[in-house]
Amino acid sequence: MNQKYMLPLAGVFLLFLLAYAGVEGAGLQWFFGIVIPYLAVIAFIWGFVNRVMGWASSAVPFRIPTTCGQQKSLPWIKQNCIDNPDKASGVFIRMLLEIFLFRSLFRNTKAAFNRDENNRLTYSWEIFLWVGALAFHYGFLVVLIRHLRFFMEPVPASLAFLEYVDGIVQIGLPGIFLSGLVLLAAALFLLARRIFDVKVSYISLAADYFPLFLIIGIAATGIAMRYFTKVDITGVKEFTMGLVTFHPVIPPGVGGLFYAHVLMVSVLFAYFPVSKLMHAGGIFLSPTRNMANNTRAKRHVNPWNYAVDVHTYEQYEDHFRDKMIEAGLPVDKEE
Amino acid sequence: MSDELKPDALLDRIDYTPAAGSWMDSTVQIMPGMYCYAAKAESVETLGLPNARTWNPLEDDWKLPENWQEIIHNAIKERLEKFRTFKVFMDICVRCGACADKCHFFLGTGDPKNMPVLRAELLRSVYRNDFTKAAQILKMIPGGEKLSGGRPMTLDVLKEWWYYFFQCTECRRCSVFCPYGIDTAEITIMAREIFNLLGLNIDWIATPVSNCYKTGNHLGIQPHAFKDMLEFFAEDIEEITGVNVEPQFNKKGADILFITPSGDVFADPGTYTCQGYLILFKYLKDKYGLDVTWSTYASEGGNFGFFTSHETMKRLNSKMYAEARRLGVKWILGGECGHMWRVIHQYMDTMNGPADFLEEPVNPITGTKFENAKSTKMVHITEFTADLIKHGKLELDKSRNANRIMTFHDSCNTSRGMGLLEEPRYVIQNVCDNFFEMPPNTIREQTFCCGSGSGLNAGENIELRMAGGLPRANAVKYVHEKFGVNTLGTICAIDRAALSTLMEYWVPEVQVYGIHELVGNALILPGEKERETDLRLEPLPGMEDEDE
Ligand code: HEM
Ligand code: SF4
Ligand code: SF4
Repeated sequence: MNQKYMLPLAGVFLLFLLAYAGVEGAGLQWFFGIVIPYLAVIAFIWGFVNRVMGWASSAVPFRIPTTCGQQKSLPWIKQNCIDNPDKASGVFIRMLLEIFLFRSLFRNTKAAFNRDENNRLTYSWEIFLWVGALAFHYGFLVVLIRHLRFFMEPVPASLAFLEYVDGIVQIGLPGIFLSGLVLLAAALFLLARRIFDVKVSYISLAADYFPLFLIIGIAATGIAMRYFTKVDITGVKEFTMGLVTFHPVIPPGVGGLFYAHVLMVSVLFAYFPVSKLMHAGGIFLSPTRNMANNTRAKRHVNPWNYAVDVHTYEQYEDHFRDKMIEAGLPVDKEE
Repeated sequence: MSDELKPDALLDRIDYTPAAGSWMDSTVQIMPGMYCYAAKAESVETLGLPNARTWNPLEDDWKLPENWQEIIHNAIKERLEKFRTFKVFMDICVRCGACADKCHFFLGTGDPKNMPVLRAELLRSVYRNDFTKAAQILKMIPGGEKLSGGRPMTLDVLKEWWYYFFQCTECRRCSVFCPYGIDTAEITIMAREIFNLLGLNIDWIATPVSNCYKTGNHLGIQPHAFKDMLEFFAEDIEEITGVNVEPQFNKKGADILFITPSGDVFADPGTYTCQGYLILFKYLKDKYGLDVTWSTYASEGGNFGFFTSHETMKRLNSKMYAEARRLGVKWILGGECGHMWRVIHQYMDTMNGPADFLEEPVNPITGTKFENAKSTKMVHITEFTADLIKHGKLELDKSRNANRIMTFHDSCNTSRGMGLLEEPRYVIQNVCDNFFEMPPNTIREQTFCCGSGSGLNAGENIELRMAGGLPRANAVKYVHEKFGVNTLGTICAIDRAALSTLMEYWVPEVQVYGIHELVGNALILPGEKERETDLRLEPLPGMEDEDE
């Protein structure tokens, strides 16, 4: 078995067992329910801010957007204002499309080579990664927003509306939330891709499997609590409201499964800033996407530009003067 | 190229399934045909760059400075602070693999380390080990090191870097598809800067850079010889057209300074493009009194310094503005070249500007203001020519290119580092009737590299070049078979040389043309005689019989 994914998988299992046993066996509710979540949130905020500040503190010496369409040039040539923006408004739209619709990933193609009489290389549109990634992220986002109901009293109407839409497919009781299932399915798809697509498997590290297992674990425990073990929801709300109001309480009747869920979420939060998950922040700062392609029209200043040794025209002419004069080339100094 | 790999053998090797095992465990094998020779000591010395010496990549001892690991560590650290691109790109790759099959070197070799993501991971693994908290925390747990995806900087790792960062042409195709815009070219640029701190450049870059610095151009053509060559072209043109195009050199007070890669002055078929420029300038002089000068000092548009380090790029590029200032021209016109234009478009003004001694470029013949170049004050020749054509200022006889069945290769740099897509197409369609595009996934911003860019167009790495150029050649072959295309248009001097070799290898029926060669053929010079041949001295369409 491949330890690149067996170890992260074992790690996530361990986390689950740790919290479950800690609560059910040792009665450590206060540790897994109060200490760990607070620490995780602190680590997340501190780490996230630090990471973004770290990026922001690096200079942007050159304006080097990757241009993906026609530049602005002559007035009668139609510019692609979004894929090759020369104004802030175009950059803004380009970034919106990247962040909300994963536009670049939408372009994805799959190359194939057929060794036959034609020997053709072909490129077909490859949409699955885009669909999977989009489903995964929006599933995650909706789940995250839905969870806000545990941290607010009264629950705002907009949240109730979101729940209504999310629960539009009704099969039995309690009503099904699509987002959680979509998240789980998409995460499983991304995992399958990582394991079975030979190229992706080859480039994957343990750090690529770990967050996927963690999120799958979170989604699975969440779904289990909602549909199967039917966790005591008022107890949970008491607990979460205690956390946000800084008067933490440990409600009776909420079991180990819930604390396992909370521990995995906490680990995800704490892990976020030291991992690739920071792509969520990094995309905003990516200079190939967030800059306008107008370097020839508007001078960009490099904060650390410094003078360099150059070979001046005078040195050049001194070196070649005789030959230049003989060839009839104009010179600045005849002698 | 006789004893080199045959196309069939090259195709037989292609397999996109990586071998089993971890990529981190394998040691690099530097293969003949896939790498470029080491930089000569004297070329490194000219620029005063570190560790000039004779060395050979195939030998075990690379004669590195004593503290090479420290140099690398400090160099990475410094660049993380100086380049946000580098820092962000080190941190945020999710290894989704979207870029994996976008690189022409991966498509042509099947070598998994030519997947852009793995190329970047070669460096990123060391970055993780040396600079990230996650790795430092994991190191404290037994066995944690393996989980961090980091690895220490060893000689093997350095050799692997060297091998694969000289198998990237900095074409940016991967960056188009990456959801975060991660540009592996940018990482290659950093790696090559680091190599230069250790004296690990390749000669095909170092020697042109040294020549360019001292003599003014890559080939080390001295001023009198440069003038001779252009005058030799003028004689050829006079033979064909009956008109003496009289190029001007180093002329103070000219309207426009023209700079193009020296490859166009030296190597076929670029020389024909160069003749096209000469014909155009003569036409504009006679018809409209436009005064264009060439320079022997700034006689190189290309900039292999870009493939060395940001500093070297700046040192070479400085000549353009210096010469424009000395000659007192109004603005600068730039010839057909790819990386030259990436440097001009995205770096020049920042490095060596502001160009406040020049005027905002206006085409004096049409009155068009080149708004997009108003700060850098340098205009691309296809922008200029397209504007002239649009305003009906050029008298063109398309029929003289009637035997050319064209397709157009977008250069990586002008498409993904600028967005010059329509201008050359407009010019082509006004000088030639037969134009067919290659498949959409292989042109414009998705164009495939010639396989020889970023200083990799040497002779000794021909196998790498032919493999890397395969996706481009494959698309040309497709339109050749489908539409009978016999001419591949380019706007790049490296392309003209590299694609000619590539076509000879993969699609020998197709010839490579610069766009201004076609302009030169079509443009009717005032007072010219009836032309019988094109610039290549081959009979014009309809003149074949009289020739016999
Ligand atoms: C709270 C914010 C976010 C979280 C928690 C998050 C989480 C993740 C995770 C865990 C993966 C890994 C999937 C895998 O390994 O296969 C991933 C991949 C990805 N993320 Fe995000 N992400 C966030 C925000 C964003 C944003 C704003 C974008 C916008 C472009 C984005 C784009 C992607 C893409 C394209 C992938 C590739 C899918 C893959 O790796 O298979 N993410 N994200
Ligand atoms: S496309 Fe971007 S994020 Fe995905 S593997 Fe390549 S570089 Fe990494
Ligand atoms: S820049 Fe071009 S050559 Fe380099 S890794 Fe990306 S696609 Fe390949």
